[in-house]
Amino acid sequence: MGLLTFSLGGIHPPENKISAGKKIESPGLPEIVTIPLAQHLGAPSKVVVARGDTVKTGQIIAEANGFVSTNIHSSVTGKVLKVDLFPDSSGYRRQAVQIQVEEDDWVEGIDLSDTLVKDFDKSQDEIRKIILNSGIVGLGGATFPSHVKLMTPKGKTAEYLIINGVECEPYLTADHALMLEKHDELIVGVRILMKGLGVEKAIIGIENNKPDAIKIMEKASAEFDSIVVKPLKVQYPQGGEKQLVQALLKREVPSGGLPIDVGVVAFNVGTVYASYLAVQKNRPLLERVVTVTGKSVKKPSNFLTRVGTPVSYLIEKAGGLPEDTAKVINGGPMMGKALSRLDVPIVKGSSGILLLMEEEAYRKETQSCIRCTKCVTVCPMGLEPYLLMTQAEKAMYEEMEGEKVMDCIECGSCVYTCPSSRPLLDYIRLGKGELGKILRARKAV
Amino acid sequence: MNKLVVSPSPHARSAESVPKLMYGVMISLIPALGVSIYFFGISVLIITAVSVLSCVLFEFLIQKYMLKGKPSHKDGSAILTGMLLAFTLPANLPVWIVIIGALVAIGVGKMTFGGLGNNIFNPALVGRVFLFISFPVAMTSWPEPLQRLKYINAETGATPLAVMKEGMGKQPVSEIMNELPGYLDMFIGKMMGSVGEVAAIALLIGLIYLLWKKIITWHIPVTILATVVVFTGILWLIDPESYADPLFHLLTGGLLLGAIYMATDYVTSPMTKKGMIIYAIFIGIITVLIRVFGAYPEGVQFAILIMNAFVPLLNKYIKPKRFGKEVKHG
Repeated sequence: MGLLTFSLGGIHPPENKISAGKKIESPGLPEIVTIPLAQHLGAPSKVVVARGDTVKTGQIIAEANGFVSTNIHSSVTGKVLKVDLFPDSSGYRRQAVQIQVEEDDWVEGIDLSDTLVKDFDKSQDEIRKIILNSGIVGLGGATFPSHVKLMTPKGKTAEYLIINGVECEPYLTADHALMLEKHDELIVGVRILMKGLGVEKAIIGIENNKPDAIKIMEKASAEFDSIVVKPLKVQYPQGGEKQLVQALLKREVPSGGLPIDVGVVAFNVGTVYASYLAVQKNRPLLERVVTVTGKSVKKPSNFLTRVGTPVSYLIEKAGGLPEDTAKVINGGPMMGKALSRLDVPIVKGSSGILLLMEEEAYRKETQSCIRCTKCVTVCPMGLEPYLLMTQAEKAMYEEMEGEKVMDCIECGSCVYTCPSSRPLLDYIRLGKGELGKILRARKAV
Repeated sequence: MNKLVVSPSPHARSAESVPKLMYGVMISLIPALGVSIYFFGISVLIITAVSVLSCVLFEFLIQKYMLKGKPSHKDGSAILTGMLLAFTLPANLPVWIVIIGALVAIGVGKMTFGGLGNNIFNPALVGRVFLFISFPVAMTSWPEPLQRLKYINAETGATPLAVMKEGMGKQPVSEIMNELPGYLDMFIGKMMGSVGEVAAIALLIGLIYLLWKKIITWHIPVTILATVVVFTGILWLIDPESYADPLFHLLTGGLLLGAIYMATDYVTSPMTKKGMIIYAIFIGIITVLIRVFGAYPEGVQFAILIMNAFVPLLNKYIKPKRFGKEVKHG
């Protein structure tokens, strides 16, 4: 019998999990941290500290600004230098709090011990409140505020909690490391989220290029019949929420819909661990595991990094910036964003820092489309990237709506596979942006 | 440190490239070329070399002096067109006719539409059909196998398909079959026919290679062959003395060459699997209609060109299965 996987499209790029098996380490504290106020999807948080204030580790420095927003905590103890615009990983200047690091003195009441706390007696409402107060967002990269996902909208029922341990991006190993080292904590976290969500069943999906993680998670969850671990065939983009739900349950999230439309809510393992720490240890989300990797990186590592730590600091701790580095990516090679500068901070959604060498950094020359159909074959959403690109080139944005361009998850499989190295996704993004404007204008009328 | 390279994701690319795909197809043609050289000798080398060289040269000249674009003759597609054109010609065709075929294939079939990726019709077939209509005698006299050192002076005869067409209706099929090579000879390519179409076994090896290297999928070739087998099979079951059996149709003429190499041409075939199947079924049907009921003994070339014309329409209306159309609760 074949392993589970999603049914449409998909690719299998070289995995390059160089940092697999590296223990989670602390890189220490930098001298200055820069904590952006917009680290999540939704409204940026409202800052509640000012220049000159002294803040403690774990203290709230910005509050949720609306329902789809969340709290942000100081990741260090020190003095607020500035609340100002600082460049973030996008290269744009955005509101952030800069703190001079003095020491690491945590707010009282936070349990810093490593002892596993298995039992919990919190109610569903209490769990949701703690998740909100602790600033937890989806750590898989989408950074959607987690408390929102725990509130099932009226008319929908949550049936399954799905835990995303797929980590299908090449190079990245943060989730893998977390599963190996914090498996018992993760299972407690799963139980907490099941209660917070009000479901009886949870499925943990892990690709079978991580047999050690599958084994250890199976063992850790053995005493709970309600939690099952399902190994998955290695295929990108299986970590995409819609693909994962389909792979595990054969349910297709409708076009434009969310997993809850088919009775499912999905969380990344990083989010589950953060939920465990929040509920059992009273620890807010202010650090995360970040993989620092690349073929020429001296010490590929999985660092438990404080939010706000400069990327350059992490690279230094991984053996320094190799001479031949030409591109630095925040995230993995398929969906990560290339950084234009290295003094930008690690945020809640940063899963890895990938350094590419000169020969990997550039795109190949674009050639004519030979209509080989590879982009159509690999598209996990059943779209026709070659057609969408042509339509976007000709500014036929309204026609793109009928071709379902808004379903594109920007996984990059089409570009990866194109023998003519065509910039398919660049044009699809352009089309999505322009069509988005048209759709919003239509709604406004 | 140096400036950082910034570009949108993805940052990883597969090793695929256009020349790599083209050379993959050429490699798969080697067995067919080898068998053809074995049976038709030196003339095959002449025809193929002239066809390939003139296709590349015409592409280069047109690109450089008429379109004034970047030279594209190195991407391998012109070499492939040249090989495929040669494969559809009789081995004793004079050089000057081959050159005209190459000019029409590249000039009319490909470059008038804007070069690689933009042509509607398969360039090699455009060249072949032009020659077929312009030089009907030269294009329908075929050298008998095993005259390895002869070229235009070779003894000639008719292909099995032509013999069948000639005799059908006048005498029973079983009698016509007695005049033709046996199925084993047909399978290994010992019969009269175009350079690259005779050896079924070599073409099937090529097909397996193409499928193994994932250069093409099974949809087009298998569907065409299956359609031909089913259609001719029905006719044959109705009256085996009036219609040839399916195996005869599979092994003779350009069916295998067309189904494996011409109909699967990326540029001129549909973009979705469903589209490919519809396209292939019609190629199969039209081929049999022409062979059995039409004026010509062979119909593959016309079937493919006709269906090439429908490809834009198929691409417009046949869409892949989209993700998330229907909501299933299980």
